[in-house]
Amino acid sequence: MKITRGVVITEPGSTALEETGSWRTFRPEIRYEKCIRCMICWNYCPEPAIEKKPGENYPVANPKLIKMEVPVINYKYCKGCGICVNECPTKAIDFVREEK
Amino acid sequence: MVMMMLKGNEATAYAAKVAKVQVIPAYPITPSTLFPEKVSELIANGEMKAEFIPVESEHSALSAAIGAAATGARTMTATASQGLALMHEVLFIASGMRLPIVMAIGNRALSAPVNIWAEQQDTIAQRDSGWLQFYAENNQEALDLTLIAFRVAEDERVLLPAMMGMDAFVLTHTMEPVDVPDDKLVEKFLGPPKPKYPILDPTKPATFGAFVFPEHYMEFRYSQFVAMEHSKKVIDEAFNEFKELFGREYKKVTGFMNEDAEILLVTMGSMTGTAREAVRKLREKGEKVGLIKLTVFRPFPKEELIEITKNAKIIAVVDRNISVGFAGAIFTELAASYNNIKEKPKIIDFILGLGGRDIRLEDYYEIYNKAKESLNKEVKEINWINVDEEAVYEVEGPL
Repeated sequence: MKITRGVVITEPGSTALEETGSWRTFRPEIRYEKCIRCMICWNYCPEPAIEKKPGENYPVANPKLIKMEVPVINYKYCKGCGICVNECPTKAIDFVREEK
Repeated sequence: MVMMMLKGNEATAYAAKVAKVQVIPAYPITPSTLFPEKVSELIANGEMKAEFIPVESEHSALSAAIGAAATGARTMTATASQGLALMHEVLFIASGMRLPIVMAIGNRALSAPVNIWAEQQDTIAQRDSGWLQFYAENNQEALDLTLIAFRVAEDERVLLPAMMGMDAFVLTHTMEPVDVPDDKLVEKFLGPPKPKYPILDPTKPATFGAFVFPEHYMEFRYSQFVAMEHSKKVIDEAFNEFKELFGREYKKVTGFMNEDAEILLVTMGSMTGTAREAVRKLREKGEKVGLIKLTVFRPFPKEELIEITKNAKIIAVVDRNISVGFAGAIFTELAASYNNIKEKPKIIDFILGLGGRDIRLEDYYEIYNKAKESLNKEVKEINWINVDEEAVYEVEGPL
C-alpha cells in the first residue's frame, strides 16, 4: 500500500484502484445459453462493471447471434446491486449469494 | 525586541505580525474578539502585510483557513468556546489534511448556562481532534507559544495544526508587559513561510480531502498518530532553540519547588501563578509541597510527567474542566499514564474555577489540606472546590 500525507492525490485515476467488488453480497452470473446479447444489462449497469467482449467463444441462445458481442461482468468492480438481474428480458442472469 | 503593554489577544496578534502570517480568516467571539480587531488594525495601518478574511461563522473561518493553508500560506485564526465548538467537524479536516494552521483560543466556558469567563473545557473537549495543544500562563507565554506552535506545526516531521489556549479575561483582556521579538529573529526561528507539503496550485492539479475506503482510512489515522508522537521530540527542539534565540525557557512540564515534595499540585494555564504563590507560602510553613505546570496537553507529556511526579506521595491535579460522568481531563490522562507502573503516587482530582470562578490562595490551601489528609485516610477521588454543595443538594438530592 502507498499513501500520501494529508490524503493529497497528485495523479488521476485513483478511483480505479478501489476494488468495489469487495462490497458484494450477491453475485450476478450470466447463463450465456439463455442470453440474447441485447446489452440491456450493459446499458443499465451503473458502475459500469459489465464489459462488451467478442462473443464467438461463448455459448449462444441462437446460432444467428454468434457474431455479436457478449456482456461480461467484471467482478473486480461489480457491487452486486442486482439491477442487471432485474432488467434482463430473458432471465438469463442468476443472483447467487457470495460464499467463501 | 520591544517591550509593550499588551492584552493576551494583542500578544497573539503581535505574534501573528512577527511570524509574518499571510492569511487570517476570523470571526469575532468573546473573549477572542480583540485578536481579529488588533490584526485588522495592524493591517489597516500598514504595519502588517496579510490578507484578512471576514467570514460569517467560525465554521467558515476554519474552512477558509484550510483553503489558505492548502495554498501554502502561513495561516492563523482565533476563537473561543461556542466558536470552537462550531468548528468541531472542521478541526478534524484540518488535522486530517495535515495543514499547519495555528489558532489562538481564549479559553471560555461552554453554554448552557451562557457564560463568557475562563474555563478550559472548550479546548479540552477538542483534545481528540488531532491538533497540538499549548496552554499559556501569562501574556508573554501566549506570544511565545504561538510562535513555537508555528514552528512545531510546520515541521516536516509533524505537519499538524496547533491551538494555543489562554484563559478568558484573566489573560485575554489583562494588560501585561510583553517582549515582542524582532521580525528578523522570528524569521530565523520559523524560517520563511514556505510550504513543506503539496499545495493547491492550478498548474499542478491535485485532489485534496479525498474520499477514502476502509481499505485505506486506518493508515491515514495511524499516520497522524505517528506524526503526533514525532512532535514530542520536535517540541523539545523548538523549546531549546527558542531559549537560545530569545532567552526564555519552556518545557512541556515545568517543576517548581518540586525536588523533595511529598505533595505535588499539577496545574495548567493562568491558575499556575496563584498556585506558585500558595506553594511558596506553604513552604514557608515547612510543608513539603511542590508544583508542576503543564504547558503542552497534546501530545500528552506522559514520560515527562511520570519522571517529575513519580517520587511524590500524592499528586493533587487541578482541573479547570470536567468530563461529566468521569473526572477532569488532566487527572484522567495522568492516571492513565501511570496505568502500567507498579509504584505510583496516589492521584486525586480537584475541580475548580469553572465558568470564571476565581481561583484563590485559600482554594489551593484547601486542596493541599485534603491531599495531606489522604496520607492517613481515604478521601474522595474527585473533589469539587469552592462550590455550593447545599444549593445542588436542594435540587438534585444527595450524591
